[in-house]
Amino acid sequence: MTENKPPLDPNLKALESEAIHIFREVAGEFERPVMLYSVGKDSSVLLHLARKAFYPGPIPFPLLHVDTGWKFAEMIAFRDRMVAEFDLDLVAHTNPRGSLENVTPFTHGSSVYTNIMKTEALRQALDAGHYDAAFGGARRDEEASRAKERIYSFRTPDHRWDPRNQRPELWSIYNGMIRKGESVRAFPLSNWTEVDIWRYIQAENIPIVPLYFAAERPVVERDGMLILAEDKRLELLQGEVRRMETIRFRTLGCFPLTGAIRSSATTLDEIIEELETATVSERQGRAIDRDEAGSMEKKKREGYF
Amino acid sequence: MSANVETAVRSQVQTDAAIRNARPLRLITCGSVDDGKSTLIGRLLWDTKAVKEDQAAALKGQKSIQQNELGLPDFALLLDGLQAEREQGITIDVAYRYFSTDKRSFIVADTPGHEQYTRNMATGASTADLAVLLVDARAGLLEQTRRHATIASLMGIRQFVLAVNKIDLVDYDRSIFEHIAAEFRQLALSLGVTNVTPIPVSALLGENVVHSGHQSMPWYSGPPLIEALELATQRTAQAVGFRLPVQRVSRPNESFRGYQGTVAGGSVKPGDSVVILPSGTVANVRQIVTFDLVRNAAVAGDAITLVLDRPVDVARGDMIASVDAAPVSGLAFDAKLVALSEDAIAPGKRYWLKSSSRRQRVRVEPQSVLDLKSGQWSQTHNLPLNAIGKVHLAFDETAIFDPYEANRETGAFVLIDPDTNNTVAGGMITAKSGRIDGIGSGGKDRVLISLPADTADELLASEAFATLRDHIEIRRVSGQEARAVLDTLD
Ligand SMILES: Nc1nc2c(ncn2[C@@H]2O[C@H](COP(=O)(O)OP(=O)(O)O)[C@@H](O)[C@H]2O)c(=O)[nH]1
Repeated sequence: MTENKPPLDPNLKALESEAIHIFREVAGEFERPVMLYSVGKDSSVLLHLARKAFYPGPIPFPLLHVDTGWKFAEMIAFRDRMVAEFDLDLVAHTNPRGSLENVTPFTHGSSVYTNIMKTEALRQALDAGHYDAAFGGARRDEEASRAKERIYSFRTPDHRWDPRNQRPELWSIYNGMIRKGESVRAFPLSNWTEVDIWRYIQAENIPIVPLYFAAERPVVERDGMLILAEDKRLELLQGEVRRMETIRFRTLGCFPLTGAIRSSATTLDEIIEELETATVSERQGRAIDRDEAGSMEKKKREGYF
Repeated sequence: MSANVETAVRSQVQTDAAIRNARPLRLITCGSVDDGKSTLIGRLLWDTKAVKEDQAAALKGQKSIQQNELGLPDFALLLDGLQAEREQGITIDVAYRYFSTDKRSFIVADTPGHEQYTRNMATGASTADLAVLLVDARAGLLEQTRRHATIASLMGIRQFVLAVNKIDLVDYDRSIFEHIAAEFRQLALSLGVTNVTPIPVSALLGENVVHSGHQSMPWYSGPPLIEALELATQRTAQAVGFRLPVQRVSRPNESFRGYQGTVAGGSVKPGDSVVILPSGTVANVRQIVTFDLVRNAAVAGDAITLVLDRPVDVARGDMIASVDAAPVSGLAFDAKLVALSEDAIAPGKRYWLKSSSRRQRVRVEPQSVLDLKSGQWSQTHNLPLNAIGKVHLAFDETAIFDPYEANRETGAFVLIDPDTNNTVAGGMITAKSGRIDGIGSGGKDRVLISLPADTADELLASEAFATLRDHIEIRRVSGQEARAVLDTLD
């Protein structure tokens, strides 16, 4: 319990209440929910909201981390710290094809790699757990194909998303009726924007991975992106130089595919200020969205979050 | 010209870390094809900097993208999220857009204007506090405008903004604007909506959207669209009786038992007497628990955990409500429906009805259908896709509602087809049905029993009596009054 905290502003309060409502509704209606936990800032907020929703009880479902094996080392350390601190039930899954077939972001390209190590891995983990509902931290403001996403997003038994066949969603009444094998992805943060996320992290004092804050870090420039050069598996290509720069990350994923931004924002206040004057979107640093037009929609149809 | 506009927009200083001191305003935009709805929304997003440069650049980078005369990206493309739509060049579903100013955040339900998409509009309108209706200044009000206004009012929207767009194309003519505005006020009035703000707008040039259009329209003294939105009010369900639809029972250990849900009306504080429906059991509130602190009150919209002062039987789907302003329980209700599915709503078919956290079986009998063109209701027995109808609902087990007019949370429901699990209708309760067909609701055999007050309370609170609660009329009278009543009966 947090003490002596100023009350949330009405905007954040409304978003928080809506998210808690969704958490409770899914927990009340489904037999085997699970929460996707990607360790990023949105997941941190999601985790905090889940703790609030079920307080004074524990979170009544496990967390699932799809670990590609290529996450930032600091993310894994942070994840394990959260699990210990909040006594979480965490399931981590890595697609065995990764090591069997040596699937890496360098050898297979971001598209194939993402498909195998994220989308396929997620399907494997969801099947193995027989989960009928999975919470995700996606927001509608993130990307064009998400703008029409429902709060309860219906998935076929093979986890496919059919944008033309989603159920109408009126008021805050959610239809959780599914047949065996079908499932629902539930998005409590649908109506949050990136700034809301940061304001909430600040207001609620939510722990996040330190990579979000600016610091001097080793980087290389590749395909117009600044890539963190800490992991031994990153081999420098011809002409690339490793140098120190003051950078931070707006989103976190697999280190070879996530671009840093040059920034001196070392506090939440500075991050929020930077964001409010930003002229590019947060997904700009992600290789996955740039592959082709409509790439997110395509990945989602295949079962990606 | 294009560079100027862009720099002007970009250089506008934005105050940082402003505290939004209101809940997000939810609005819906409606217009006919080519009225400029995409341009208007694009303009709102662009001028409030909700669209970032890489998103615009991605569009500019694509072939076959037309940029408009101002060098701004093609807004329609920016908004059309899905590939399927891009291929067909139409907007097929409700999309949600987000933007904010220093004062407030906004959530726009962007719905397509085609007449067959009543379903999408109803979806977008169900959560909206306000509707922006768009007309082309050259064309004035259309049949579509009437349809959109009718659906918006039916879904409970009580604030309209009329954006008279493309005002630049009629030379900023004041009399044209005023004529359309007057005509629209009449239309709104016929639907019972009095809160109407007409605004002359050029979405393309950005006049009276976010920035003032005073330069071109010195005769207009009202606010630009964004200010009208900042000042709009939200419907709160705080004035009505306390409602807590129970989503979950929390029992982390033997000593704690809390009922979790979001307050759907009124307010509550420790010590309040509440009734649990449908059982009819009465209890008092002992504690309001949240993660942050034990609170001394909760109001509509708050997600809380309620602890009662005695062990009672409460399950998901039950409603905890104020004892002295309880919702209506019954086996038959009248409602209005919007049919959302290709399969018509068929008479006598049994559906699942979900309202708040409660799901139960219902039989639906369509009575009449609304002709959106004339505003007339005519008799019918089934409701095809996009039809708006009046229906009669018959339940096997007690249902609990407020009229939608009084409470949008507890008066709304969806119908789910048990064969497909699809959501096939959205509905709004109008009243408890006057028809006599539930068990025991017959009007004739009424019995008057008079009891001492505390005995009466005890009896009413008992579980055995609970199912009958609905059929009992309670009048608290003094002994003297009671005697007078009894005397008149003999
Ligand atoms: N002159 C002028 N043209 C406009 C205005 N708003 C939209 N348009 C044009 O009207 C056409 C239709 O606009 P669009 O936003 O695509 O309409 P929608 O079908 O309602 O989304 C486009 O060519 C726009 O550039 C305006 O205020 N003034």
